[in-house]
Formats: sequence, structure tokens, C-alpha cells
Amino acid sequence: MSLSPADLPNSYIGRSVPRPHLARLTQGRGLYVSDLSLPRMVHVAFVRSPYAHAEITRIDAQAARAMPGVVRIVTGEELAAFCTPWVGVLAHLKGLKSAPQHPMAIGRVRWQGEPVIAVLAASRAQAEDAAERIEIDFSELPPVVDVMAALDPARPVIHAELGDNLAFERRLEAGEVDAAFARSDAIVEKTFTFARHTGVTLEARSIVADWNAGEQRLTVHLGSQAPHMMQNIIALHLGLAEPQVRILCQDVGGSFGIKVHVYADDMAVAALARMLARPVKYVGDRLESFVADIHARDHVVHAKIGVSNDGVIQAFEIDDLTGIGPYSVYPRTSAVEANQVVNLVGGPYACPNYRARTRVVFQNKAVMSQYRGVGHPIATSVTEGLVDLAARRIGMDPVQIRRRNLVADNAYPCASASGLKFEALSHHASLDKLLAMMDYPALRAEQAALRARGIHRGIGFASFIEITNPGPAFYGVGGARISAQDGAAVRLDSTGAVICQTSITEQGQGSGAIIAQVVATAMGVAIENVRVILGDTDNTPYGGGTWASRGAGIGGEAAWQAGRALRDNVLKLAGTILQAVPETLDIVAGAVVDADGGTERMRLSELARIAYFRPDTLPPDFQSELMATRHYVPRQYPFAFTNGIQASYLEVDTDTGFVRLLRHWVVEDCGTIINPQLVDEQIRGGVVQGLGAALFEHCQYDDQGQMINANMADYLVPMAGEMPDIDVAHVVSPTLESALGAKGAGEAGTAGAAACVSNAVNDALAPFGVEITEIPLVPELILRALGRA
Amino acid sequence: MPAWLDGAACLPTSDGNEKGERRVKAAAFDYVRASSVADAWALLARHGAGAKLLAGGQSLLPALNLRLSAPDILIDISRIEALRGVTVSPHSVRIGALTRHADLLASPEIAAHAPLLCRAVAEVAHPAIRSRGTIGGSLANADPAAELPACTLALDARLHVEGPGGARVIASRDFFTGLFETALHPNEILVAIEIDRQPASVCGFAELARRSGDYAIVGLAAHGAIAAGVWTELRLGYFSVGTRATLATHAAGVLTGGGTLLEAAAALEHDLQPHDDLQASSATRQHLARVLLRRVVAEMESAA
Repeated sequence: MSLSPADLPNSYIGRSVPRPHLARLTQGRGLYVSDLSLPRMVHVAFVRSPYAHAEITRIDAQAARAMPGVVRIVTGEELAAFCTPWVGVLAHLKGLKSAPQHPMAIGRVRWQGEPVIAVLAASRAQAEDAAERIEIDFSELPPVVDVMAALDPARPVIHAELGDNLAFERRLEAGEVDAAFARSDAIVEKTFTFARHTGVTLEARSIVADWNAGEQRLTVHLGSQAPHMMQNIIALHLGLAEPQVRILCQDVGGSFGIKVHVYADDMAVAALARMLARPVKYVGDRLESFVADIHARDHVVHAKIGVSNDGVIQAFEIDDLTGIGPYSVYPRTSAVEANQVVNLVGGPYACPNYRARTRVVFQNKAVMSQYRGVGHPIATSVTEGLVDLAARRIGMDPVQIRRRNLVADNAYPCASASGLKFEALSHHASLDKLLAMMDYPALRAEQAALRARGIHRGIGFASFIEITNPGPAFYGVGGARISAQDGAAVRLDSTGAVICQTSITEQGQGSGAIIAQVVATAMGVAIENVRVILGDTDNTPYGGGTWASRGAGIGGEAAWQAGRALRDNVLKLAGTILQAVPETLDIVAGAVVDADGGTERMRLSELARIAYFRPDTLPPDFQSELMATRHYVPRQYPFAFTNGIQASYLEVDTDTGFVRLLRHWVVEDCGTIINPQLVDEQIRGGVVQGLGAALFEHCQYDDQGQMINANMADYLVPMAGEMPDIDVAHVVSPTLESALGAKGAGEAGTAGAAACVSNAVNDALAPFGVEITEIPLVPELILRALGRA
Repeated sequence: MPAWLDGAACLPTSDGNEKGERRVKAAAFDYVRASSVADAWALLARHGAGAKLLAGGQSLLPALNLRLSAPDILIDISRIEALRGVTVSPHSVRIGALTRHADLLASPEIAAHAPLLCRAVAEVAHPAIRSRGTIGGSLANADPAAELPACTLALDARLHVEGPGGARVIASRDFFTGLFETALHPNEILVAIEIDRQPASVCGFAELARRSGDYAIVGLAAHGAIAAGVWTELRLGYFSVGTRATLATHAAGVLTGGGTLLEAAAALEHDLQPHDDLQASSATRQHLARVLLRRVVAEMESAA
């Protein structure tokens, strides 16, 4: 094995370095948007639609205007003069359509929770008091609620100008699908149902927008993952030039994709700040978050697999239907998840025959868009559910069928049936490692022994692939101004300290720590001497931000390249000062040393002193450059792919339908691991969110489109008490496209967790002949399947 | 509708709009601290129907913040020391109404003389809530999904209440009259819970909650006595099975009459009329109540 520059003796790559922000955050000294208070600031409370679909016939704000502290009450019509509507489509998602969306409803409401009126007051409490006094008459319209009903011609069309409720349709056909099914010995055909859920962040979405009339500039403090994207969009729709908008994303309390979208209420706040020429603050409360944040999933997938008796998978076929609410979310759209489902089904397996269709439909529910794992949990649950059921039909062990069909580890580079290009994956090495971790034969023996005593335990597997490090193929080619590249600027200060400005952002996952480790390693300085600046469009390079598991792979590589460039500059200066050839020098632990032997020649602090304060001592034709900037975007592959496999061991109480998670194992391959602890916790956190979808989380709607469990008592997030120990291990196949080789780890946990839980439940219930293909696996669903409820 | 939130949702919201937006800030209210029970009566008399008593606040304050309840004034009784603590006398245990869940859990007297309460309180919500919530508050709130009302039924507890008209004792089986409704008169205050010491007894407790600390889908608190392998006494207090905690007298009668567990489980349909909600249908609750009966009684029999 050859050594890369990342293998320097003073490398922080591969070390669980404590996160630099940890002490500040745990001591309560974080600065979240909700902590901000500006002079002359007003607070906004939104009156939201109580109906899923209705005409607004009358608004009477007279009594509310007289309430204490009220500054202004603004309707959707009034705000339209300050903000143009947007349409959430992308050119490369051919045929995707949506309707213009305004910050607040005008004339008609299309989901329960849609903002209708903004009440601005001196305090949030006063705004809420006044909001209660506003009278709005609605004339109810029949809602489209169920995805199955959306395409029924008897149901209303949500946007008359679009003609129907079909937002997007995509078909894909690869190989010889009909012939492959015809030669299959067993065919399994099932309908997989995935409930709608949402991403519950610890910090609700929050924004403070501040229009400075003197500067003609809008400063927006926002809990966002993508500051430059928001800069572009706010400027575009408020009629400003981009330089007139500054986005600041300081501490952000969790995101999971929830905070990468453009929200009607955020746009309303930006427009209100312009309208009032005062700072305006909005902090989502937990109840409105349930109907104002994006929801995720909501798929019904009719799916089919053909397999021959020797265990070879002959073909996959899926027909996916998904509901996205009344608008495709701007600017990333609400068709990407469905598109991913089509791309990813069958992905881990060497099966060339694949047919897919997806349809994305409008409905009168909260908007749906990208949330952690985008499409992966759906595709993985369908694929792995089918593979397990196929194995059951032909009497084969679930491990054996995977062993037979997973793409061989020496088959790369190769492509999937849907055309995804894989550089290097490690399905078989991952499977081997997983089986050793969980001691599979012993678990099967325990399962059999307990089954004889009426205790029903199950073992489930889920292999998966994960799309990471997207280049422009995700959004840029579709016309969205969402940067595919990221940048880093690294400078040496006058004391030898290093500052890195990066365009990626931090929402609690530790991306700032990753950047510090990379820069410290690239430069050869102690990590304590590296400070990372992020989340400020005025003070960072232009870039995409942190989403799609791209922070380490793209932002990390830019930081590495910038750090190496600065190192070269420093050594050039050191060579001049020391009258040495720069190539014979190195930087170790904050000092310039002889590359050969390591003898210290000068501290970086001394070098910086000379460069900044005594440049007169340098040769007249020499100018030191102690700041270096680099940008990076992967070019060879449109996306990187990671892979892995998860397993679940659980017990089903067949009298009560309760599922108890006993253990969970993950082996994943995210390429180079920069910080093992952060990667493992990303995996575990992702698994927990997948387990939430598997067992607990569900946005429940009644037939009138009312979300009926929109509170933390009735919407069940996964909590520590119910979570199993999650064992994480790795196989490392770095991408050769970058020097670092990191591929991203943010979503792998979510991709496979629900799939292996479903498979484990079906494994536990095998003696009852029960096969459940629906999540969440709530007790009543299991009891019903067992004929006990 | 077992969760406090769903129960409270039956109340009209302050703007009278049944589909009104719920909010997370309480409407403005006044606050006064009562120094004694008599002081609390006087304050209740002065402020009438617009007043609410504040004990631990673990159900009331969330309801205020959601604007599901908007009283004019809160009368804080939580500092009335006379209402706190556990006293053991030769024949009974007396628990002051303001005794906190955490105090019950830590009390050796409760562990010795009313172990059912220890079992139940351990399942009440989370430590932070148990540190502030009180037994009297839980009983007076009469949430049909709460553990403690069912425990008082199983223990045949006596509830001591005091009002300006005098003191009276209400049997637990007469106390819970409906959804969040009790036999307390408007000016009365629950001051203590008294439980007979029953040395030869056995207790059992189980609840089915989706997550640790959640309200149960169905729960059972049971207390009884077995002599020579025969149930001589048995009370089955179910919770989260309808509008209030319910004694399953038919099922218990089957067992004290020498019937089998299977027969007792079948008799439950005469005892319980469970509700439907987001978690489970009425029929599923009946099924789960039968499962709990079999499990809890079997556990008690093996412990006896």
C-alpha cells in the first residue's frame, strides 16, 4: 500500500479529534437564530390555514389591529408586491410541473398549515394574542388526500391551470424484463407502503431578516444548510441584486435535509423585513413545524422480483406512486426522491433486467421534499424486501441469496441496470464483516431455541448503496443555481495560527471539525491552531453547503487542496528565509523542519513575523502569499457511491404486536474516514432516524386533509429507551478521484435501517406465514396481520 | 383519547374555533400562591370558575401553553407543606396530595406498604416530570390514561378532600366520574390519599406503551390476596380503556369465584368499553386488556 500525503506522521486524518465547537455548545454559548435580538426587531406569528383546501372569502383583522403591541397585519395579497412567486421545477426532470407559489396564500389555501396572514408585533406572545382575533371565512373545497385518489378524474384538480394532479412521471426499462420474468422459477409481487413522516430537528426552523435601508442590504440570519442558494433565491424573488443579500448561518440545531429548502414562511419573513424596513423574527414552534416543515416519503410501490431456483435474481420491476402536497418544493423540487427510487432499486445486485415507473402526484397535504436519505430508504426497503421474500419462496437463506447476487467486489468500475456508475464498492467484504460481527450462526441457533418456547425473534438484512458527493448532475444541469462545487480559503496569521473559510456549513454533525482536521493535516499544524469560519455569504468562498453527504467529500477536498497550496507557499517563503530548497523542507507540528531527519528550522510564528512585519528582510523580488484558495468538484463521476449492509435482531410479541429492537449492526464503506467517531455517530443517528420510520414516525391525516397527530405526544419520534445498541464497522474503499478519498457518511444509516427491521419482523413471523410490507410497523398492523385485532 | 392532549382537545379553544391554530404560548393569566388549604379555599371562592389550582403543573402548564385551557388565575398550592409526605399508621398509609412522584418512588414506606405505587410511578412519564408531578394532581386531573387513578382503584384507596363546608372521604371507586372529571366539588381540595396496609397481599402492574414514558395504549394495576391457591380478593384497575380508570369487577369476580384466567379474560368484555384512537381500535384494546390480564394475574399467582 502506498502512502498518501494524508498519512503524514502528524496526520489528524482517521483520528477521533474532539469537535472544536463542543465546549461552546455544551456550555450554552451557541448562537442560534432564536438567540438573536436586534434593535427595532418585530416578531411574526402566522395565521395558518385550518383547512386542507378552501377559498378565502373574507378576512377581518380589525380587532387584531387594536391588540397591544401589534405593528402590522399583512395578507398574502399585500405581500405579493414585495416577493414574486416561484415554481419548483428543474429542466432535467422532464415533464415536471408545478404551480406558482407565493409566500402566503392568495385567495385559496391548499394545505392545512399554509400561511395566510402575518401578524407582526413587539413580541411573539403579542403577535399570537392578536392572531387569535383575526377572523377568516373559508369556503371549504373537497380535498385530495390519498395518493391513490389524486389521479382519479372524479377528484378535484388542485391547480386548474396544470390540467391534472400528476406532477411528474418517469419510466425506465433496462435489459429483457419480460423474458427474465418468464424464465424465473419464482416470482414475488407485493405492494410496499411507506407512511409520510417528517424530520424533527431539535431547533425548529428560524429566521431573522434585517433590511438596512441605508445600505440597501438585507441580512438574513437563517438556520439553513445552503447559504449561497438562499442568497440567490431571496435576492431573485425580492427584486434585489445578489450582493444586496447576506445570509448568515451560525449555529444550527440539526437539519437532516429539512433546512435545505425554500419555505413560504421564510420568504414571507424576508419580504416583510423589506416591507417594514425593520428586523423581523420568526421561530417556528413545534406544533406549526409539523405542518410547515417538509414531510418525506409517502410512497406506495407495487414491486415484483423474479428469481431462479439457484438463487439468481432475474428481474426487478417497480411501479411507484408518491404524494408531494400541493406544490413541488423550490428549488430542489419534490420529484428527486421518486427519481432516486427509480435509480436505486436493485442497485446492489448484478441484475441487468429492470423496469420502473414512478408517478408523483399533488395532494392537499403539507409539502414533501428531500429528507435524509432521499429515496434510499424506499428503494432499499423494496429491493431488500423482495430479495428476502424471493429467498423464502425458493427455500434459500437470506445471506446466501445476497452472496449469490451482490455485485462482485472485483467487478468495478461498473454500472447498475438504471445506469448508475460505480467506481469501487465492497458489498461482499461488507457482508463478510457483518456476519462475523453478529455471529450469524449463533443468532440463528438462539432464534430456533427461543422459537420452541414461543418467543419470536427475527433477523433481517439490508444491503444498500448511497449516492454522495453530487456534482452538477443533481441540480445545476436542471437550471437551479445551487453550487455543485465548494471552496476553501486558508490563511496563515501573524502568530502562525491558521484560519479556514469554507463554503460548507455545520448543523451539528461536526463538519467544522472535519475541515479543521483536514486543514491541520494539510498544513502540518496542531488542530488547536486552526479556526474554521463558515455559514456567511460575505465571508466564505462560494459553494453548495452541507447536504447530500457532500461536506467531507467535496468541502473537505477543497480544504485539503487549499491547505496544501498554503503549505507550498509557506515552504517557498521558508526556503527563501533559510536559503534552502523548499522541497527539502516540511512543516511538522507548527514548525518548518528538514524533510529528511526532521530537525526544526523555524517556527511558523517566526516565519509569519518576518512575512508580515519585516518583509524588508526578504529579497526585493519575493512576495510571500500566506493565503491560498482552492475549489473542488468531482468531475469523473456524476456522484460518488458508498455502500454497506445493515442487520437487525429483534423480538416480536405476537400477543401485543410490539416490536423490541435487540441489536443493530452496520458495516459501511464511506471511503477514507476522517474522524471515526463523527462517522460512527452519523451512522448511528441515521440508523435511529431509519428506525423511527420503521416503527414510530407517521404524519397521520384524516380524510379531510387534517394532520391529526401534529404534536410531540402523538407523533412518535424514536427515543433512546427503545433504541438498540448499534454496532458500526467499516470497509474502506477510497475514491481515487480526490486526494482525501472521502465519499460521505451522512445518510447511509437511514438508507438501510427500516429495510432490515421489516425483514427481521417478517423473519420473526415466518412460522405464522405472515409477510408485512408496510411501515411504520405499529402494534395494530402486526396484530391485524396475525389475525388478532 | 387517552393522552392529555387529546382529552384536552375536547375542550373548546379560547377563540371558539374548533379547528383553531394551537399555539405554544399561554394566554395571559394571573398567579397567586396559597399559603394554606384555608387560604386556597378563600382564593377559590374569590375567583370562582376562572381559577385553577396549580400543583406540580405537569399536565396543566402544557395545556395552558397550547391554549387548550385559559384560566384567569392560577392558585399555586404547591408550597403547602402540610399536604406533602407519607405517614404510616398501624392500619394505613397516608400520602399527602402534594407528594411528588419521585418522592413515592424513593419512599421506603411506600415500597413496604404500597409496592403497587412504586411499580406504577416508575412508568409515569420521565424523571423530569416525576420530579414535579404530584399524586394529588394526577388523581384530581383524572386523565383516563394515567397510571395512578387505576392504582387507587386497585388499592381501594380513600381520598380525603377538604372544603369550606368540611372534610369528607371519597372511596376511589366513587371518585373518578368521567373524562377528566371527579367527584370533587368546585371549592374542595384533595388533601391526602389513604391506603389500608394489607400485609398478605400481592400486586401486579403492566402497561403497553409505545415508548418508555408514553401514555399506555392499555394498562392494568392489580391488587389482591391469595389463600391456599385461591383468590380471596382481587381488584383489577384498568387505565387507557375509555373515559376513566375502570375496575374490572366481572373479571375479578370470575377469579375470586374460582374461575379460570381464560374465563376471566372473556368476562372483561362486560367490564370495559374501550375507546378508539390513533394508536389502537376499541377491539384491539379489548384484546390487549385480555393479554395484560393473563400476564399480570399469572405473575401475581407465581409471586404469591
